[in-house]
Amino acid sequence: MAEHAGEAAHGHDGHHEMSFWSKYVFSTDHKIIGMQYMFTGMAMALIGGFMAYVFRMQLAFPGEAVPGFGGVSPADYNSLITNHGTIMIFWVAMPVLIAGFGNFLIPLMIGCDDMVFPKINRLSYQIFLLSAIVLIVSFFVQGGGFGGAWTAYPPLSAKAEYSLTPLGSTLWLVAVALEFVAFLLGGINFVTTTMNSRAPGMKMYDIPMVIWMIVVASILFMASVGPLIAGAVMLFMDQNVGTGFFDPGKGGDPILWQHLFWFFGHPEVYVVLLPAMGIVADIMTVFSRKKLFAYRTVLYTVFGTGVLSFTVWAHHQFIAGVDPRMAHIFTITTLLISVPIAEMCFVYIATLYGGSIQLSTPMLWALAFLAEFLIGGVTGIFLGASGADVYFHDTYFVLAHFHYTFFPIAIIGVFAGITYWFPKMFGRHLSEFWGKVHFWGTIVAFNCIFIPLFMLGAAGQHRRIYNYNHFPDLATPELQRLRVIATSALLVMLAFQAVFLINFFYSLFKGKKAEKNPYNANTLEWTAASPPPHGNWAELPRVYRGPYEYSHPDRDTDYWPQNEPN
Amino acid sequence: MLEHYLPAASTYASDIDGLVNLIFWIVGVWFVLCQVVFFYFIIKFRRKPGVKAQYITGEEKEQKRWISIPHALVLICDVFIVYGAVTVWVDIKQTLPEPEESTPVRVIGQQWAWTFVHAGPDGLLDTPDDIETVDELRIQVNHKYRYQLESEDVLHNFSIPVFRLKQDAIPGRVIEGWFEATQTGTFDVQCAEICGIGHGIMAARIVIEPAADHAAWMSENAPRTVLAATTP
Ligand SMILES: [Cu+2]
Ligand SMILES: [Cu+2]
Repeated sequence: MAEHAGEAAHGHDGHHEMSFWSKYVFSTDHKIIGMQYMFTGMAMALIGGFMAYVFRMQLAFPGEAVPGFGGVSPADYNSLITNHGTIMIFWVAMPVLIAGFGNFLIPLMIGCDDMVFPKINRLSYQIFLLSAIVLIVSFFVQGGGFGGAWTAYPPLSAKAEYSLTPLGSTLWLVAVALEFVAFLLGGINFVTTTMNSRAPGMKMYDIPMVIWMIVVASILFMASVGPLIAGAVMLFMDQNVGTGFFDPGKGGDPILWQHLFWFFGHPEVYVVLLPAMGIVADIMTVFSRKKLFAYRTVLYTVFGTGVLSFTVWAHHQFIAGVDPRMAHIFTITTLLISVPIAEMCFVYIATLYGGSIQLSTPMLWALAFLAEFLIGGVTGIFLGASGADVYFHDTYFVLAHFHYTFFPIAIIGVFAGITYWFPKMFGRHLSEFWGKVHFWGTIVAFNCIFIPLFMLGAAGQHRRIYNYNHFPDLATPELQRLRVIATSALLVMLAFQAVFLINFFYSLFKGKKAEKNPYNANTLEWTAASPPPHGNWAELPRVYRGPYEYSHPDRDTDYWPQNEPN
Repeated sequence: MLEHYLPAASTYASDIDGLVNLIFWIVGVWFVLCQVVFFYFIIKFRRKPGVKAQYITGEEKEQKRWISIPHALVLICDVFIVYGAVTVWVDIKQTLPEPEESTPVRVIGQQWAWTFVHAGPDGLLDTPDDIETVDELRIQVNHKYRYQLESEDVLHNFSIPVFRLKQDAIPGRVIEGWFEATQTGTFDVQCAEICGIGHGIMAARIVIEPAADHAAWMSENAPRTVLAATTP
């Protein structure tokens, strides 16, 4: 099947003279599709970041015109926060982490020439691109973009008379549903390819952790998204056909949506977390020249987390009006899931022990992932404990908590991956100096944004409010100062992203040429040329050992590539 | 932690604050411990010329202990947190005061205002002396209230931060709960669930007053029809 893939991609254009269109736009090559996802995700991140800039400016300086946007109306505000969340999760974290890295890395790291279903892969990206276009169009239709929060709870999302965005809400829903279709197609490919196309000799325990994590994430996604797609169809019909699935006036129940949404929504956290943790595991082993501590334990922990993640969804609904007795079960399951996640953190820390640690840019990002994610992890305990959630629910404490999980995942993890695999992707090196400037600027500013938001949440500031002047207890100068600090830090952080973009595009064309294996890493992608040609290898590799045999006592060199017979 | 930011003005506010403190100290210790070990390793095991990294699989029994012992300790800490969370939760959400020792109040959310129906002097809802107010809830200090929460249109959330109280309002349902204020004052009532473009202005105030003042307010504001019927 893989051979067939090669043929299909070469198609009628002959072997070497492919036009720009067939090489970069309608390609079935997994690497190009991975890049397409990654660049689309980066473009969407710019849009999502701009939205954050606009609504944070409104919060720091309420009522004043925002440079580059103008005055922010309540309707604008709601649409901005809704679409910021939607974009960052569905159009940045998912495409870059799973589809981008998944597509690029899976065939290269398991040693085959392409995905098993290359045309489905291409279709997946095309549907994804369509979904992004539909979402962007939804901002400009009459009534403006959807503003009912990324969770889209009905009845607000179900009726135009409540939301006042008749077209915006439907287009938003269609865009999200299309995005799910794209990732279902991608997921099928990732799982099938990893199970069927591994290089000869690569056993289950020889698969690099990042690939395992992408596979488990894909399975979690495919297993959890079904109910939500059903929910989306029902919501679409409530919006446009006049059904009443979520309308209590017609015998429906708005809470039903919440169950369907969070049954997907909580595993989704792990869908994006796992690939980021995988990236971090691979980088940490390379730059500390260490074997991953307890590979099998990590793997079982990942499976355990995956299974448990299906049993915690109602911790989002403690005070949503469900039977209060249910909260006990979900408090227990939620605190239980802290165990495997804590265990993964312990394993990563243990991996550093006795290492030879080099603080290169990718390693800095990988270490920062762990340090920052720990904050996200421990603050989650407050929210998982039903009694404490009564207070914290829907405050900025929740917001700060999940940004301390999602930012490490979608931004820190992604920068770790991009800076690490850049030489393989483009055959050139990024600048280490500017990489470190970008790293420190981003990390320091990030903490200055969200620590004040934890404090605002503790003070009772609730979410999705465009102007706190209507709430005397929240309109105090002390709290306003915290809002201004957070916004200023955001401006600094966004400015530092220019450093990355310049470094990225400059190095793409002018960076130092990269060798095959610049880091002396073990995994198979480093045995292909940088960048790998179409088909990846002239002769497909064979595998003799696991991916993390660094500093083996029997060897003179401190690495032992997976494909070396001895 | 929370008392630092805002008063604890209900009987269960201090329970929640206690639970938050318990969690803060448990996770705080873990957090500091992890970060200290983590940064210590990063500094201690920096690359030095000529020093090779150790080869540790982490698969042997005495190595796995480094993971399995903290694993068990985390589990034990979880038990304490679950116990605390459940106790507080049962008190707030699963225990309703007896009708004889409490007064009902109806809270209705709609786009984008709160309507409060006070029981009036007779202490009963749906009687002629009920007092209806918009965006202002008046209660008596040190007295139990049972709220009946309703919504006219979309989801709202009845939230009083100084009480540490939050509850979603759902159209088509009446959700019951309770509170008892422990200090007088005027505080924010929020809608803590996005409910459309006016969500940001859906603010109300709660006025907590001593029994005498509250009684005076009730007799001043009792509906005119009722006053006409009862005053000779
Ligand atoms: Cu969750
Ligand atoms: Cu609201």
